[in-house]
Amino acid sequence: MSQDVKEKMESKAKPEDAKTGAAAQRVVDPDYLILEAPRKKEFITGSEAAKESVRRANVDIAIAYPITPQSETMQQVGYLYAEGYIKDYYRGEEEIGVMSAVAGASRAGVRVLTATAGPGLMRGLEQIVSWPGGRLPSMLLVMCRVVNAPLAIQPDNIEISYLLNSGGIVLHGENQQDFYDYPLIGFMVGEKPEVTLPVAVAVDGFFVTHARGWVSMPAEDIKLPPRDCYHEAVPMMDNENPPIRISRDSPIQKSNFISYQMHAAWQQEIWAAQERAKKWLNRWLGGLIEVVNPGAKTMIVASGAAVSQGREAVRQATEKGLDVGLIKIKSIRPFPTEELTEALEHAEKIVIPEFNYVGWLAKEVKAAIDRTDRIIAGPRVFGGMTMPTELILETISASE
Amino acid sequence: MSLKTIRPATGFKEYLPKEYQDLIDDGPFLRQRKVSELGSFKEAIEEHPMCAGCAMTLFIRLVFVALPSLEHTVICGTAGCGRLAITQGAVPFVYGNYGDTNAVATGLKRGLDIRFKDQPKDVVVMAGDGGLADIGFHAVMHSWFRKEKFTTIMLDNEVYGNTGGQDSGMTQKGMVMKMAPTGKKFEKMDMLGLAKTAGVAYTARISTTNPTRIANTIRKAVLIAREVGPTFIQAYTSCNIEYAIPTPKVIDDARDVEKDRYGFAEYFSDEAQSYWDESEKERKRLRKAAKKIK
Repeated sequence: MSQDVKEKMESKAKPEDAKTGAAAQRVVDPDYLILEAPRKKEFITGSEAAKESVRRANVDIAIAYPITPQSETMQQVGYLYAEGYIKDYYRGEEEIGVMSAVAGASRAGVRVLTATAGPGLMRGLEQIVSWPGGRLPSMLLVMCRVVNAPLAIQPDNIEISYLLNSGGIVLHGENQQDFYDYPLIGFMVGEKPEVTLPVAVAVDGFFVTHARGWVSMPAEDIKLPPRDCYHEAVPMMDNENPPIRISRDSPIQKSNFISYQMHAAWQQEIWAAQERAKKWLNRWLGGLIEVVNPGAKTMIVASGAAVSQGREAVRQATEKGLDVGLIKIKSIRPFPTEELTEALEHAEKIVIPEFNYVGWLAKEVKAAIDRTDRIIAGPRVFGGMTMPTELILETISASE
Repeated sequence: MSLKTIRPATGFKEYLPKEYQDLIDDGPFLRQRKVSELGSFKEAIEEHPMCAGCAMTLFIRLVFVALPSLEHTVICGTAGCGRLAITQGAVPFVYGNYGDTNAVATGLKRGLDIRFKDQPKDVVVMAGDGGLADIGFHAVMHSWFRKEKFTTIMLDNEVYGNTGGQDSGMTQKGMVMKMAPTGKKFEKMDMLGLAKTAGVAYTARISTTNPTRIANTIRKAVLIAREVGPTFIQAYTSCNIEYAIPTPKVIDDARDVEKDRYGFAEYFSDEAQSYWDESEKERKRLRKAAKKIK
């Protein structure tokens, strides 16, 4: 008898206790929810996958603002609020207001979620890059699109490059499945006392958000433990401990060597927290990278939707008898420097396909590994173009 | 080792700094202090790096006396002179990004309401005219339109004091300032009018002349915000440096400006008025009952 049939029968047997929806959810250990709970497959869009993730994430407040292609996700999150899965939800005035309110909510000690895309990320950036300095755990879903100008709403992930130096954790999902898994993992990692950082989960807009894919998920009746804000690196701004002077921000009111040292130490600590996040990311992501066909002479290194194209390119190359492998980078911050160095040790050629003009991932990989003359920093598509696998295969063979 | 936030244990009180002990024994917590008691109790703010004769500092000091529930209050501010004094108060202070106060306060207040269902937590925004009327304008207006339940206090010195004397939207027309070299071209913004339009429950315009009135106004605004909706206080807190007011004349200036264009004015929405009338009645009843017992 399958688990759900059994559960249905049990609920029939005791109708007076039967709870449905949000009321039926119980808190489970994150290891169970993320790694162990039995899963079933559904064919859903990326936005729906994100909704299912949020449903199980025990979110306290979600703050929304429309921008294509993320609007649908935050609408779906709104339905979760209406159904009682989230305690508070509102549409903010615009992204500066939304990202500021995220900071306020995180300081209050609750679990907070928002989402944005392209120009919205740019608008909220001053706030977003201040979250790590405030040590504010929160979840930012980024559905990448072109950054203006010219105006466009097409897929292009150049906006991730603006997050690289923020100090926050940045995960880059490949597909609908990742868009279900990564937010749950992100909440748990960011709220660890030794981490206490915001997490951004980025996916490539449209390819992931609007297309359907198979997503395997556990049942709806389990959720993550709530945020435990008194087990974090900094005090909450809830005044539960008077009398106390806390100005968590801007201790740098003076120009002197003590204040310089304070700010320097604070910055170092944020990046040290990123390193400490690796342990938990490894546990729940199953490693910062995934390696397909390890040991191949030619390795494709990619993140996001380019990974899917890379997988197909590996399949086609293997059919042709070529020795090609793939590395999927799941975590952009912290960056898997050691893992890449090891996994690329043997590689003679490294191809880095990207959905942006500037090639931010290629720059990252170049800065991480030695013998950089092995790297072919491309192919790249941008402004909404798709990436045919032929483009990747041609890049591999053109350099033969 | 526990990773829980450190809490001073009662038993260790005597080993904590004298200042901490004084705040516990003779401070403004868990009791409503009066302006007439000033000088006889340990205030939440004492030391500060503000200019001599600063009217804003006097006003902030009075706010710390007036807040009705200091032990459950969090203050949000932004860049400007005011925050240099506010950060010295024994109340948690959020210094966010430029002009984000009312958006941060929105998230903070809603978050606190989720966590503390039976204990009201007061969120108070206290920032300057530039922070609220210029860079923070959209967040201020939208927090009012959304009817967020917190108080906004504008420390209106009619200038960007901290950056050295540039005109703000609240500067009077014609004033020659650092970024208005030929005089400011447009009128002082009517934030009180905008507040009414946006549906703010209670507004007050006040100058730094009458400490008791300031304290009563602050208290009223915070209590109405707790129960009814957003409240707004616009306070004239002159900058004696940029406006070249001689230090001994700061209060004279406050009186002159009050007489001329900054007279005390209150506005209640219908809902706020009936709430306030009811709660005044209740307070009177309780006072009478207390007298009888005595």
